[in-house]
Amino acid sequence: MNIFGLVGQIFAIALALFLAPLLTGWVNQCRAWFQNRSAPPLMQPYYTLHKLFLKDVVLAHGASPLFRFAPFVVFGCMILACAIVPTLSTDLPFAPAADMLALVGVFGLARIFISLAAMDIGTSFGSLGGRREMLVGFLAEPALLMVIFTTALICQSTSVATIVETLAHRDFIIYPSLAFAGIAFSFVSLAENARVPVDNPATHLELTMIHEAMILEYSGRHLALVEWAASLKLYAYSCLGLALFMPWGIASGASILGLAAALPILMAKLAVGGFLLAGIESVNAKLRIFRAPEFLGTAFLLAVLGLLVRLLLETRV
Amino acid sequence: MDLFTLMLAIPLISGLLLTVVGERAWAPNLNIIASLGTFLASALLTYEIVATGPRMAFGEQFFIDSLNVFLVTLTAFVGLTTSIFSGPYMRNEYEHGRLSVPRLRLYKSMFQLFMFTMLVALTTNNLGILWVTMEAATLTTVLLVSLYRTAASLEAAWKYFILCGVGIAQALFGTILLYFAAERVLGESGNSLLWTHLVQVKGQLEPTIMVLSFIFLLVGYGTKVGLAPLHNWLPDAHAEGPTPVSAVLSGLLLNVALYAILRCKVLADGAIPDNFAGNLMMGFGLLTLATAAFALSRQKDIKRMFAYSSIEHMGIITFAFGMGGPVANFAGLLHMTMHSLTKSAIFFAVGHATQKAGTQLIEDIRGLIRINPVIGWGLMLGTLAILGMPPFGVFASEFMILTNAMKYYAWATPILLVSLGVAFAAIFGKVQPMVFGETHARPLPHAPAITPVFVHLALVLMLGLYIPPYLTNWFHQAAKMMG
Amino acid sequence: MTASIPLSAQLINLFASVILLLAFAMLAQRRMLPLINLFAYQGLALCMSTLVVAVTTGQHHLYWSAGLTLLLKALLLPWILHRLVRKLHVRFDVESLINIPTTMLVGIVLVMVSFNVALPISQLSSTVSRGTLGIALATVMLAFLMMITRTKAIPQVVGFLAMENGLFLAATSATYGMPMVVELGIALDVLVGAIILGVFFFQIRDQFDSLDIRHMEKLKDG
Repeated sequence: MNIFGLVGQIFAIALALFLAPLLTGWVNQCRAWFQNRSAPPLMQPYYTLHKLFLKDVVLAHGASPLFRFAPFVVFGCMILACAIVPTLSTDLPFAPAADMLALVGVFGLARIFISLAAMDIGTSFGSLGGRREMLVGFLAEPALLMVIFTTALICQSTSVATIVETLAHRDFIIYPSLAFAGIAFSFVSLAENARVPVDNPATHLELTMIHEAMILEYSGRHLALVEWAASLKLYAYSCLGLALFMPWGIASGASILGLAAALPILMAKLAVGGFLLAGIESVNAKLRIFRAPEFLGTAFLLAVLGLLVRLLLETRV
Repeated sequence: MDLFTLMLAIPLISGLLLTVVGERAWAPNLNIIASLGTFLASALLTYEIVATGPRMAFGEQFFIDSLNVFLVTLTAFVGLTTSIFSGPYMRNEYEHGRLSVPRLRLYKSMFQLFMFTMLVALTTNNLGILWVTMEAATLTTVLLVSLYRTAASLEAAWKYFILCGVGIAQALFGTILLYFAAERVLGESGNSLLWTHLVQVKGQLEPTIMVLSFIFLLVGYGTKVGLAPLHNWLPDAHAEGPTPVSAVLSGLLLNVALYAILRCKVLADGAIPDNFAGNLMMGFGLLTLATAAFALSRQKDIKRMFAYSSIEHMGIITFAFGMGGPVANFAGLLHMTMHSLTKSAIFFAVGHATQKAGTQLIEDIRGLIRINPVIGWGLMLGTLAILGMPPFGVFASEFMILTNAMKYYAWATPILLVSLGVAFAAIFGKVQPMVFGETHARPLPHAPAITPVFVHLALVLMLGLYIPPYLTNWFHQAAKMMG
Repeated sequence: MTASIPLSAQLINLFASVILLLAFAMLAQRRMLPLINLFAYQGLALCMSTLVVAVTTGQHHLYWSAGLTLLLKALLLPWILHRLVRKLHVRFDVESLINIPTTMLVGIVLVMVSFNVALPISQLSSTVSRGTLGIALATVMLAFLMMITRTKAIPQVVGFLAMENGLFLAATSATYGMPMVVELGIALDVLVGAIILGVFFFQIRDQFDSLDIRHMEKLKDG
C-alpha cells in the first residue's frame, strides 16, 4: 500500500465528513430559494451539529443498550461507505474491503440498526417509522442491485473503484442501458435519502414522515451523529451517482495535482446536483405512502430494462 | 381490356360509383350486374388458366395459378348470389325500419369494395400487398358488421376490429420476418416479397427465422380464419351483422384468410424440416374443431350457431391442409368449396327465416315448413348438407379427410369423430323444431329471393354425387402445387 | 466488445431504447392526454431512428418512411386523437383491468421473452440496426398487453397504433424497411383504420353514453 494512496484515502474521508453537512445545507438553501422562502445560512447544519454535541443526552426509560449503540454503528457504516465510494480519486486502499454489493450491504446494515433503535423505545411513531423505512428499503435495494449489475456488466467487475475507473477513462460510447440505470438510480437515491416524493425531510407530520419518525427519541450527541450520518448518506449517494454516471474529472492515480484538479470539479458537480435535487423536491408532491411501492417498482423496472437492453444491444459475441 | 384487369376493375369502379350516386331504385340492380360481371370475368379467366396454365399480370405483381383461380371463381360466384339475395333482403330490412337510406348505400358500396379487396388478396403475388388487402377487408367489413348501429352490433364490430387488428398485426410481423429471411437469399431487390420468387428459393430460407415467421403468420391470419383460441370475434360478427354480410364473411373471408396461410405454408414447408408447419396447423385445426363443436350446443341464436359451425369447418379444413399430401389437400380444397356454398346457402335461408320470425332466437322460430315451405326445406337441406349427410358434397370431402387421418394420423381420428358427432347432435336438434314446429307468423312485404339457396344446394348435391373431370383435374393441379 | 459498435448503431440503439421506455410509460400512464402525447413522442423517436438508418445506409425510401412516420404517427394521428378526446369529453382517467404495477411486471416478463426470441434471429441479420429487433418485438408485445388490460376505447386504439409502431421498427431493424408500395399500403390502412375508429367512438358513445367497453359484455355464449 503506497503512502500516497493512504493519504488520499484519509483525505477523502475527512473531506466527506466536512462536505456532507455543507451539501445538506446547500440543498436546504436551494429549496428555500425555490420555494420563495428566506434561506437558512449555508453553515446551518454545522451550527446544529455543534449545538447538539454540547447538549446532554436524554434517554427514554425503556431504552436498551442497542438504542445508545445504534447511532455509532450508523455513523460508522456511513463513514465506511464514504471511504469506498470514489470521490476524488479511484486509487483507494480501502476499496478492496468492499465491492458494490457489500456497499449495498453496508447501507442495509445502517438501515437495520436505525430501524431497530426506532422500535426499541416502543413508541408508536418509532415503530411506524421503522416499519416504513424497512418497506422502502426492501423495495429500493433490488432496484439498486439491478443498477449495480448493469454497471458491473459493462465494466466486468463489481469493485466500485474499477467500475468508476473503466467508465471514466473509456471512449465516448452511448450506453442506453446506462441511461436507464441512471434514472433508476436517481429514483432509488430519492427514496433512500428520505427525500420528496417518498419522504419529506423537513416535515414532522406524523402521518407522512418516515426518517424523522425514527429519530424522534434521539437527543444530544446521539441525534448529532444520526443527523451527520444522514448527511453522509446523501453525500455518499451523490458521489456514487456522479462517479457512475458522470465520472469525468476523477483522478486515477494518487497524485497531488490530480487530487487538486478533482476537488473543484467534485464541488461543482455536487453543487449542481444539490441544486437539481432541490428542484426535484420542490416540483414534485409527496406521494401517498401506498404509492411509494409503485415509485420504487418503476425504479426497479427501469433498472431491469437497463440490464436487458445491455444484454440485447450492447453485447456482440 | 384484359380479363383479369376487368375482373378487378368492375368491383372497384362499381363500389366507388355506388358511393357517389347514393341509394337509387336501380342501385340493387347495379350491385347485381357488377357482381355478375365480376363472376363472368372470373369464369372466363378460369377457363383461360385451366387451358393455358399460370400467368402473371401487371409485371410480376399479380399471379394467377390453379390454386387461386379456383378460389377467385368461388368468391365471385358467392358474391353474385349474395348480391341477388341481398336485394329483397335489404329492402325488407328497410321496411322494418332497421336500416336507413344512407346505410343501404354504405352497404352496397362497402360490399363491392370488400369483393375488390378479396380478389386482390387472392391474386396478388406480393405477400406485403396480401397483408394490406387483408387489413383493408377487415376495415370494409367492420362498417358492415355495425350496419344496424345497435348496441350489440357495435360491440360485435368493436370486438371484430380489435381482435382482428391484433391478429393482423401479428401477421405483419410474420411477413416482416419472412421478408427478412427472403432478403438474405434474394438480395435487396424489390422481389423479396414476391411469392413466385420465394417459392423458387424456399429451400434456402433460414429455418430459424421461418419457424418464428410461420408461427406469427399462422396466429395472425388464423385469427381471421377463426382458429381457436382467437375465434371469439367470429360468432359476434356473424350474429350481429346483416345476413348477407354473415354469408360473405363465412363463405369468403375465412377462405381467403386460410388461403393466405396456405401460401405461407408452402414456403415454410420448403424451409423447415419435419413437417413443422403441418403439425402446427393440425394442432390448431383440431383445437378449433373441438372448441367449436362443444360450443354449438350452448347457442340460442341461430346465426351464432351457424357461425360456430363455420369455425368448426375451418378447423376441419385447417387440419386437412395440415396433414398435407395429395389426398388431404384435394379433400381440403373440396371441403372449402362445399363449405362456402353450403354455409352461404344456409345463411340465405336463415336470413329469410329470421326476417319472417322477427327474431334470431332459435326457440322463437318455429314451423318454417308451414309458413314458407321453400325456406323451410332450404334450411333443412342446407343443415343436412353442412352436417355431412350423404349424398351432399360435404360428405365426400369429410369422408376423404377422415380416411386420410385414419391412415396417417390415427390418433386424431377419435377427436374428429367425437367432435363431428357432437356437432351433428347439436345442430340437428336445434334446426329440426325450427323447421317442423308450430307457428303464427306474418308474410314479408317483399318476396324473398330463394333461388340462390337452391342453386348453391344443387351445386353441393351435384358435387357430392359427381365431380366433373375438369374440376377434378383442376383440384389435383392445385393440390399438387401445395405439395 | 462494446467499443466496436459504430456511432450510428449507438444512436439507433438509443432511440430504440427510448421507444421501449415510452412503451412502458404508456403502459403505466393513467391519464388520457399524456397517453396520447407519449404515443406522439414514440412516433417521433421512431422517425429519428429511421432517419439515422436512412442516413447511415443511404436508402432513399427510408427517408420517405421517416417522413411518413413523422407526419402520420407523430403529428396527424395524435392530433386526431386529441380532437376526439376534446369532442367526446373523455378526459377522465384511464382505467386498467389489472393494477399498474402488476401490468408492469408482466411487461418485464414479455420483454425478456421477446428479447430471447429475437436474439438468435437478429444475429443472422447484417443490418446496422439488427439489435433492435428484440426491442421491436417487445414494443409489439407491450402494446398488445396495453390493449388487453385497458377498459376504455381510446387507450385500446392507442395500443393498436403503438403496435404498428413496433412493427415498423421491426421492419427497419431487420431489413431496412419493407418495399415502398407495401409501406404505403400499411400507412393507408392505419390511417383509414384510425378514421373508422373515430367514427366508431361517436357511435359507441351514442349507444352506451360512455366509452367504457366494459359496457360491452352483452354478447356471450348461452
